[in-house]
Amino acid sequence: MSNPTTQLVPTPGQTVGPFYGYALPFEKDNELLAPGSPGSIRLQGTVYDGAGETVPDAILEIWQPDSEGNVVQKTGSLVRDGYTFTGWGRGSVGYSGVFTFTTVNPGPTKPGAAPFISVALFARGLTNRLFTRIYLPDNEEALANDPLLSSLEPERRQTLIARRDADGGLTFDIRLQGEGETVFLDFQ
Amino acid sequence: MPQDINTQPETDELVQAAEPHAAHLPQNRGVETQADLSAEINALGDAYVRALKDGAPAETQPRLDYPPYRSSILRHPTKSLHHTDPETIELYSPAFGHQDVHALESDLTIQHNGEPQGERIIVAGKVLDGNGRPVAGQLVEIWQANASGRYIHKRDQHPAPIDPNFTGIGRCITGPDGSYRFTTIKPGAYPWKNHLNAWRPAHIHFSLFGTEFTQRIITQMYFPGDQLFPLDPIYQTIVDQDARDRLVANYDHTLTEPEWALGYNWDIVLTGPKRTWTENEALGAEGDEE
Repeated sequence: MSNPTTQLVPTPGQTVGPFYGYALPFEKDNELLAPGSPGSIRLQGTVYDGAGETVPDAILEIWQPDSEGNVVQKTGSLVRDGYTFTGWGRGSVGYSGVFTFTTVNPGPTKPGAAPFISVALFARGLTNRLFTRIYLPDNEEALANDPLLSSLEPERRQTLIARRDADGGLTFDIRLQGEGETVFLDFQ
Repeated sequence: MPQDINTQPETDELVQAAEPHAAHLPQNRGVETQADLSAEINALGDAYVRALKDGAPAETQPRLDYPPYRSSILRHPTKSLHHTDPETIELYSPAFGHQDVHALESDLTIQHNGEPQGERIIVAGKVLDGNGRPVAGQLVEIWQANASGRYIHKRDQHPAPIDPNFTGIGRCITGPDGSYRFTTIKPGAYPWKNHLNAWRPAHIHFSLFGTEFTQRIITQMYFPGDQLFPLDPIYQTIVDQDARDRLVANYDHTLTEPEWALGYNWDIVLTGPKRTWTENEALGAEGDEE
């Protein structure tokens, strides 16, 4: 087996560049389950740059537990069968910088935990991927007890909490830079 | 599968609609030159080397704030990344399998009726985690320009020929030893609009997953000996020479196949992992951070 003391230096990232659009998207990439199926919600948002302009060439991935809070380990994300919830999806923004996903509200992965969706963001002009989290806004007590959120200033904390839309969906805007800059995460 | 070719937004990074043949002539007065950009790149590089000598830690990843890459100026966070311990979902990765990827998708030279133009190559290596353990059964995606430096993308209007027999997309699932292998065509350099006479070194885009979502990475693999390395603001977003070198494949004659294709070896090391061994064994178990 491997020697646990072996430590290799990670390979650097690079920008996704402008031309991922014919390579990374695939059919139903942003549909973690079929739109309109029971329990499905729309997750949407807009990506903004430091001038407040929308970013038209970004691509996001979301990765989340199911509605019961279980981590799913099923294949089939790239060739969706319409029934299997794999927990992972990929969505490109359109011209207007807007992304949408069809998914479910993630459940808490342990009792009392604040449910969230994990996000990896890529864009032209972004030299390395960024990670963030989309917290559900509903359980205020859980949000108040969340280790990450409680380590942030109130206004920064707010950038990680989605808005609940009238139709039950979620809106989560991402600001790469400047006022209201989204909190991006370092796990190392 | 190719799709969305027509839906990508126009960007300043692309060569704009060019008059045939006159396209290589400067069209914008006052545009920044390579000399301008090289001066910026070199100043940042020199400052980094001085800082290293003064005991600063080596930087192993690209800088998010790297002004010579002009598109990054308004697209980098100004606040430090917020350190946090990964939790639950972040300690697992989406699962991909042979249901997701057909074995033939790793050969980019057989996706059309004819043979693509250019130098056929094999690119192979391993995906490892930071402990040197192979990342088995995971998705690897690549995309690239053709031999002339042209992408199959509506907005790429570099006046170089499209190859009807080359799309430039590949996928595979890593083997039990973390290995991947693609057969493709050596991509050409391509011009872009960062500054006047800006050319990207030949590269293949790689998208990789680990055993945890925190290991997710997209990067670019380059070819040894490229004269464009010191001039390229994207490659130079990594200011550390040793780190930059990690993106350059090795020519490997043992991978080369007689009368068929030249071989390049490139291993990829992901960060982490953060999940403990016990958690690896007990899926869904909630874990302590390291």
